[in-house]
Amino acid sequence: MTSNRLPAGGPNRIATRFAAVAAEGRGALITFVEAYDPDRATSEALLAGMPAAGADLIEIGVPFTDPMADGPTIQRAAQRGLKAGATLPATLDMVRGFRSLDAATPIVLMGYYNPVLSYGPERFAADAADAGVDGLIIVDLPPEEADELTVHTGPAGLELIRLVAPTTDDKRLPVVLAGSGGFVYYVSITGITGTRSASEAQLADAIPRIRRATTLPVAVGFGVRTPEQAAAAVRLADAAVVASALIDTLSGDLDEAGRAKPGTVEKVLDQVRALAAGVRGARRNNQAAE
Amino acid sequence: MNKPLSPALPNSLKPNSFKSGPDERGHFGTFGGRYVAETLMPLILEVEKAYEACKADPSFQAELDRYLADYVGRPSPLWFAERLTKALGGAQVWFKRDELNHTGAHKINNCMGQILLARRMGKTRIIAETGAGQHGVATATVCALFGLPCTIYMGATDVARQSPNVFRMKLLGAEVKPVTSGAATLKDAMNEALRDWVANVTDTYYLIGTVAGPHPYPAMVRDFQSVIGIEAKQQMLRATGRLPDIAVAAIGGGSNAMGLFYPFLDDTGVRLVGVEAAGHGLDSGQHAASLSKGRPGVLHGNRTYLLQDEFGQILEAHSISAGLDYPGVGPEHSWLHELGRVEYVAVTDGEALEAFQLCTRTEGIIPALEPAHALAHVAKIATTLPDDAIILMNLCGRGDKDIFTVAEALGVKL
Ligand SMILES: Cc1ncc(COP(=O)(O)O)c(C=O)c1O
Repeated sequence: MTSNRLPAGGPNRIATRFAAVAAEGRGALITFVEAYDPDRATSEALLAGMPAAGADLIEIGVPFTDPMADGPTIQRAAQRGLKAGATLPATLDMVRGFRSLDAATPIVLMGYYNPVLSYGPERFAADAADAGVDGLIIVDLPPEEADELTVHTGPAGLELIRLVAPTTDDKRLPVVLAGSGGFVYYVSITGITGTRSASEAQLADAIPRIRRATTLPVAVGFGVRTPEQAAAAVRLADAAVVASALIDTLSGDLDEAGRAKPGTVEKVLDQVRALAAGVRGARRNNQAAE
Repeated sequence: MNKPLSPALPNSLKPNSFKSGPDERGHFGTFGGRYVAETLMPLILEVEKAYEACKADPSFQAELDRYLADYVGRPSPLWFAERLTKALGGAQVWFKRDELNHTGAHKINNCMGQILLARRMGKTRIIAETGAGQHGVATATVCALFGLPCTIYMGATDVARQSPNVFRMKLLGAEVKPVTSGAATLKDAMNEALRDWVANVTDTYYLIGTVAGPHPYPAMVRDFQSVIGIEAKQQMLRATGRLPDIAVAAIGGGSNAMGLFYPFLDDTGVRLVGVEAAGHGLDSGQHAASLSKGRPGVLHGNRTYLLQDEFGQILEAHSISAGLDYPGVGPEHSWLHELGRVEYVAVTDGEALEAFQLCTRTEGIIPALEPAHALAHVAKIATTLPDDAIILMNLCGRGDKDIFTVAEALGVKL
């Protein structure tokens, strides 16, 4: 099998992409697709179509039976994915397929720790890097418990992207940021995914605080749903992450049997195009960190 | 005298004390820890700090002791089950009668401790998960006592099969939220409580009902339940002049068992046996025996033995007892299991039902289906032991809540 791993020590796809986007003087759009939701072919078509629709980076949700940080939208997406046969190895296989079409768009897996632990951290790091994964967001793996994974992800060239929450105070911030890579994911609300949104004032408070503590790009996620909200996010931060709003469009278009209709994928990609236009039209107030 | 019955441990694994866990990061060997989303990390660190302060404050223990004595009704008696012993024909069976506590189970020992902690932390809203509804009732009870609003998350499946407890919680003023996500049972109720906590970080305290969850909960709940074992040890010495040969308790999440076992952990002459639910049988795929049949993984904030498939997806548990119907187990049990200090066995739905009836008829005590599992194992081993051997069993709950389930299982229409 060919390896999609980039040479060790060289720039990672995530850093390369953020630099390119910054050079265009804009923020990045990060879109989300749940693996196998509602079936493998549909999620692969979404994944394949997202870069041309304007996604700069893509997160792939790895379905888990007990997604404790997710709201009903992503919970149900995970259940549909599991029902369709999603597993961690099958998700890696999807990434491998995507890499044969697109060698540049960064792929970040987002999920929970148990499937990774079950796969084996060492084997997982190697196989994920070979498949062409660039970064990982493991929601329930705080820095305090991450050592057993980072000893393997580091050498494999995978970035462990850390979540920073509104509850992360200035004393804790350096603990979270130490050893984090790729970008910093700011969970902009105290809450689960797909429920409420942060106000611009709240973001204006939070983002500079994180910037002072890191040189990594900062992405805003949880509650970014509309092109306007995405534009507001990238006026302050380097990227906007949109997940539940895309899944709502997908799930709202499924037929009675839970299958995608002929136009479903295009409908979601239209929304990606609108979000991308929002992000690209936003003037930057703040210069992104280099 | 006590013969050392527990198996010899390899020296390399032997800690100085079996009571030494957890370490400062909440680890019991490789188990436990804090596997939660970043939004919750600062909160559980705050709970830990507050709990450490309470432990060091004699006025906290004095306050708790007063509530345990005058409200909960502690100490609970130690009872020599003489007719049951005769019926089994072997070792003496003694019950630690935590079913006599206010609200009918051991759950309130922990709720009392945590509600006092929550009050000291200035929290004004309480949330909890419940399976059988016993922890929900105990939580609703202490919230009524202190005038705090509370929300109880309960799987929709459990709401349907434990309706008397749902009504009890509502009478006590609690809001009961049926959880329909996932499989709609206890593990999903715990997910939902964690989601609530993430969304209500400033005013809310999450009162976890067993020795699971992220650190410090497993250690804290164990400490609050240890009153069971501390009392039982003194009572046993007073009554018989010696320690029991074997102590037995049922394992759901493992809180009544940790409470009984912990004070005996370094008395290595006392054999400790935890009884998991074998449901329809250990090979049926329908059981709740995470230690007997699971493997280590991460769920609900800690690393422990879990029922899971080959890809790390969590499996549904099954037991006739809603309180044992959980695919995980507290991390300290996983550690004690690997150390070999505690033996873990499993008992089927049918065996528990038989023990339920045996206890009812020979002792006039209707046990909960959870301790009926412990009793079923006691019945198996008592006959193999001499009549001067002593078995101490945690009768951790009364069975009023279970009469509908038992009637149905026995084919009786109420
Ligand atoms: C009477 C009784 N015993 C045991 C349990 C199981 O919990 P644990 O193993 O934490 O004691 C429950 C849980 O609802 C219960 O109600």
